Amino acid sequence: MGLLSERLKGFLRGPGSSGQAGPPANGGNSPRFVSRPGRGEVSETRQSRGLDQFFGSFRDQTGLSILDLGGASQENINFITSLGHKFYSEDFLRIYHETFGEDIADQANPGRIDYFLRRSLEYPDGQFDGVLAWDALEYMGPALLAATADRLLHILKPKGYLLAIFHSAERKQTVPCYSFRIQDPRTLHAILHGERATSQQLFNNRSLEKLFQKFESVKFFLTRDSLREVIVRK
Amino acid sequence: MSVWNKQRREDEPSRPLNTNITRPAPPAPPVETKKEAPTLSSMSSMPVGRMEPEPARGGSATIGKAVKIAGQIYSREDLYVDGDVEGTIELMDHKLTIGPNGKVHAGVKAREVVALGTIQGNVEASERIEIRKDAKLVGDIKTARIVIEDGAYFKGSIDIVKSEPKVAPSQPRPQPAAAPVPVPMAAASTADAKR
Repeated sequence: MGLLSERLKGFLRGPGSSGQAGPPANGGNSPRFVSRPGRGEVSETRQSRGLDQFFGSFRDQTGLSILDLGGASQENINFITSLGHKFYSEDFLRIYHETFGEDIADQANPGRIDYFLRRSLEYPDGQFDGVLAWDALEYMGPALLAATADRLLHILKPKGYLLAIFHSAERKQTVPCYSFRIQDPRTLHAILHGERATSQQLFNNRSLEKLFQKFESVKFFLTRDSLREVIVRK
Repeated sequence: MSVWNKQRREDEPSRPLNTNITRPAPPAPPVETKKEAPTLSSMSSMPVGRMEPEPARGGSATIGKAVKIAGQIYSREDLYVDGDVEGTIELMDHKLTIGPNGKVHAGVKAREVVALGTIQGNVEASERIEIRKDAKLVGDIKTARIVIEDGAYFKGSIDIVKSEPKVAPSQPRPQPAAAPVPVPMAAASTADAKR
């Protein structure tokens, strides 16, 4: 992570500083969501116990419905369909950005929350056996996050699993924004896009248990670099 | 100079009509659909990322970017859509390419689909589908193989179905034993001679 942090600093300084890709296209100081990686973006491969647990729970099963909220990537499509499952794609953060932009205050507006959830998670109840939320939930304000967790509960089948990742237990204004590609059941390829503003919520075990209190169980895996992988079962 | 011009004018009435081809043609009014249709050079400049460039569209039908069609399209040759289509598109054994300006609000069935523009609707591609960078596809996909480029937007589901093995076209068809078609020897030999 030390190397990655250094590269991230270079990434944020702009083009020419470290040979990495420049800042997002708006060029401003405020971080902006970039949907997909471009050439030269920083990436790392990491072991993921959360991913291992997620797919371990579906072992010896085929024909399941798995929703990936990180948008469609070749690696994730290949991996999930090779297991005989049906792959569903939703570019959750893209819709989030299109709906709210940088306006955290608007995320408490019930009408806007409803509009956002109809755009992003409009699925029948009990549609999915598994949802890969990655780090999509940690940028949201409290009201929107609670409504989203509730919606995720509804679209999951009973005994269905959700995998989510939260970057830190500290309150931070921004956190690194990644897209995650599955290499194998235990390995993730994380591609860094820059940083993204958060609602400065605290994501420790206690707050996450509260967030997912309507689910049957919550399991945490804390990585060396303060990544908190969360497996939730309906 | 004037002598030559005079001579030509005198000769003109006796010329057969088809020799006018050699004269400089008057400026023709622009044919819009032809002008709008994407050219080979525009194809080669398309962003293709790490994928293979699109081959030349020889022998395929084209719907230009200024064309809008509402209804059913059924084609027995490859089709390139750079305009707007609303309805259904069926190219059972052929390739459908949605160009960068193409907007398809339709259910699509084809052997192969390459999307560079926008598709809103369910897609069945019996062999493969490619969703290129900057393409947008909202709908459910059924295919044997999918290639999706980074930067493409996809919302929907992907169902991988194994394509049914096809009989190779080069294999001779079994002759129906019950109804042999008699071919007169003379006619057959004439046909051979013509070849």
